[in-house]
Amino acid sequence: MNRKLLSAPYLFWSALFILVPLCMVFYYGLTDKTGAFTLENILAIATPEHSKALWEALKLAFVSTVICLLLAYPLAMILCGMNSHKDSFIVLIFILPMWMNFLLRTMAWQSLLEKTGVINGILGFLHLPSLNIINTPAAIVLGMVYNFLPFMVLPIYNVLVKIDKNIVNAARDLGANPFQTFLKILLPLSLPGIFSGITMVFVPALTTFVISRVLGGGKILLIGNIIEEEFTKTDNWNLGSGLSIVLMLFIIFNMVISAVTDKDGEVNAL
Amino acid sequence: MKNALVNLEGITKSFDGQMILDDLNLYIKENEFLTLLGPSGCGKTTTLRILGGFEKPDKGHVIFEGQDITNLPPNKRNLNTVFQKYALFTHMDIAENIAFGLKIKNKSKAYINDKIRYALKLVNLDGYEHRMPDSLSGGQQQRIAIARAIVNEPKLLLLDEPLGALDLKLRQDMQYELIRLKNELGITFIYVTHDQEEALTMSDTVVVMNQGYIQQIGTPENVYNEPENAFVADFIGDSNIIGATMIQDRLVEILGARFACVDEGFGENKPVDVVIRPEDVELVSPDEGVINGTVTHLIFKGVHYEMEVMANGFEWLVQSTRMQPVGTQVGIRVAPFNIQIMNKPESEDEEAVGVNE
Amino acid sequence: MSRLYGAVRKFYIALIFLFLYAPIATLIVLSFNASKTRAKWGGFTLKWYQSLFGNDIILQALWNTLAIAFLSALIATVIGTVACISMQNMRRSTRSLIMGVTNIPMLNADIVTGISLMLLFISIGIRFGFGTILLAHITFNIPYVILSVMPRMKQLNPSTYEAALDLGASHIQAFFKVVFPDILPGIFSGFLMAFTMSLDDFIITHFTKGPGIDTLSTKIYTEVKKGIKPEMYALSTIIFVSVLILLLLINYTPRAGHKKAR
Repeated sequence: MNRKLLSAPYLFWSALFILVPLCMVFYYGLTDKTGAFTLENILAIATPEHSKALWEALKLAFVSTVICLLLAYPLAMILCGMNSHKDSFIVLIFILPMWMNFLLRTMAWQSLLEKTGVINGILGFLHLPSLNIINTPAAIVLGMVYNFLPFMVLPIYNVLVKIDKNIVNAARDLGANPFQTFLKILLPLSLPGIFSGITMVFVPALTTFVISRVLGGGKILLIGNIIEEEFTKTDNWNLGSGLSIVLMLFIIFNMVISAVTDKDGEVNAL
Repeated sequence: MKNALVNLEGITKSFDGQMILDDLNLYIKENEFLTLLGPSGCGKTTTLRILGGFEKPDKGHVIFEGQDITNLPPNKRNLNTVFQKYALFTHMDIAENIAFGLKIKNKSKAYINDKIRYALKLVNLDGYEHRMPDSLSGGQQQRIAIARAIVNEPKLLLLDEPLGALDLKLRQDMQYELIRLKNELGITFIYVTHDQEEALTMSDTVVVMNQGYIQQIGTPENVYNEPENAFVADFIGDSNIIGATMIQDRLVEILGARFACVDEGFGENKPVDVVIRPEDVELVSPDEGVINGTVTHLIFKGVHYEMEVMANGFEWLVQSTRMQPVGTQVGIRVAPFNIQIMNKPESEDEEAVGVNE
Repeated sequence: MSRLYGAVRKFYIALIFLFLYAPIATLIVLSFNASKTRAKWGGFTLKWYQSLFGNDIILQALWNTLAIAFLSALIATVIGTVACISMQNMRRSTRSLIMGVTNIPMLNADIVTGISLMLLFISIGIRFGFGTILLAHITFNIPYVILSVMPRMKQLNPSTYEAALDLGASHIQAFFKVVFPDILPGIFSGFLMAFTMSLDDFIITHFTKGPGIDTLSTKIYTEVKKGIKPEMYALSTIIFVSVLILLLLINYTPRAGHKKAR
């Protein structure tokens, strides 16, 4: 039996449903309605409306990614330190919320953040000033952090948990204090996980149109919202594809970093 | 002891309610090669980790050069550890690995470079500065781990089963290497192993441990020739351990037969254990020995033959350069000074120490 | 000092958990809220759970969601596992090329994957509906399967397969009796991962579904403006709680046995 033949279904599948569709995006993005070659759809990113949406998305995605990283790294370290033999259990804790629908979870933040919502109820009860962030960029960032935090925690955790505890002990033994140990040993050794986490958070945050719609009250348009509307409302697929190509430049940049730092693709394994 | 380098005083440690070390007392002299020997779970690694500062004892004190360092973090201790499986920093090359401790202490560049060269020469790996740890063999990684520790000029070097992952030939070479290093550097070694041969070959002092207790402390010869209890006798080398009765001074009854021995002061008609090393059992013609038996197994071992002889209901392990075929009737004789008499364990604690392994 | 550190760690974990599970608790509370608006508490009720079972539109969306999740996870598991087996014998460069393509749907933005598949389906001329959603879901599920089976495959000791052949097994017997049991946990977790991802997907479904068919996600999205029907909260509570119970059962039963064994 030739094992290589077994790969045929998958090769066929990935060609038809991964590569061909991507080519189609490029085809549409580089042509106009008549099918003639044009760069107009890509250059359209320069219009004030589009560049503002892209800039806004980049800004919010960057902030969310940084917050995710700052929250996730200590968390991953703590989870490793619990020396739980149930790796799967820790993973499950972060995957479990996914069984409650993504949209509903995001909607729930609406209820929590509203002027008369739960959080302000508690704050009012404690005589603290109320929190008015619903329909602002801050609420969108919160939604992004909430939805994508697991994608930062898991890759970092996966890397940290594989580091031999004695490597940390050895650094301490050789005179490094806890902070030096972190800076010189843990951090460099966990870089692949960090890069992988950054990719896994930054890309969906940059391209979301749902979170901005639900928590931004429709007032804040991100590049994702514009592309979505070109496809579902305006039906200008060429423009939508052109803007997607621009978006993909950022994604490809991210992919390259991730590919360089994680050659075996093992870090992403959940 | 007053002028010891290290004093462990009443060290007690348990994990999850399980007692690992119980009131352990031990001193280590300057320039000593001391080995903690015992089966896994005996507490030897925990003892080492307490010395290194990676665990805190529940009770007791660690005194190092006259100072109580029990609560001192590992980075503040003037000692270094060579870890099991080396624990090299895989993201740094060999030079950076060796320089790690020196850079932390802000030594000058020239000093560090000198030290790297010196250390690599010492472990016979000149020219490996810019290799990565992953590209080295196990034995080479082991040498780097040692080099990385000794450049810091510790007073005390802790070695946690450092040769455990190496194959037999390499292990023997490294044993000689370690002895040479210790003599050249003049620092104190505390060495943890479960390999009795390793312990006997290298150490000045062997500490045999089991289930959190020290069973015996002594020179390698001492521990081998005069085991203090059945556990030590059984763990170090092969031996015949037989329940017996001390009839009077210098006379013991083993399996119903009376043997002359050299021990005194056990009392009269007292139950004891005797240890007889297999190389000390002499096989003679039937009726010329103290008891008679039949050879039941025979294996050629290279240096000698190993035989099992059934005599008076006990299977005697015998090593001899003279072969006796299976089925041969033989007599058994033991020289009086080769019979080691031990007290039977009395308390439960001592019992725990005994034959559970 | 170390006790303080321990307390800080526990507090931090508690905060993160609060953050992760607060919205879920909110949804569960809302499912018992007698008032139809989210804004105020109108007393405890079970009526949404009752009316849920009479709501054909929601039940149809649930059925679509589960059917797509199950079928897409199953097909993706088969294709992905077979792909992993076949990749074992490939040259390293070929393999990393294939893995690169495999990673695309994972690393690429969902919105791009969604519109690219939409453009493909339009140009092939397939009618949008159940089939297109299924194809799309299989596509983004395969990487999850491969990424959980591949590490298992690498850990595999090749000698066991050869030992099976040596003992007289055919290639197929050797695979199913020796290799398959070893990679089964990977296959299983890959399936579970794929199922979860499919269930939670909105964006790709949004672009590849046609009019007239809805999954729970797309149904909820259309309700975002009008206001979510409370039955939806009831349904998601039921799903969440049943998964929770299932996971607790899986995680705690073998552990008790394991402890005894030690």
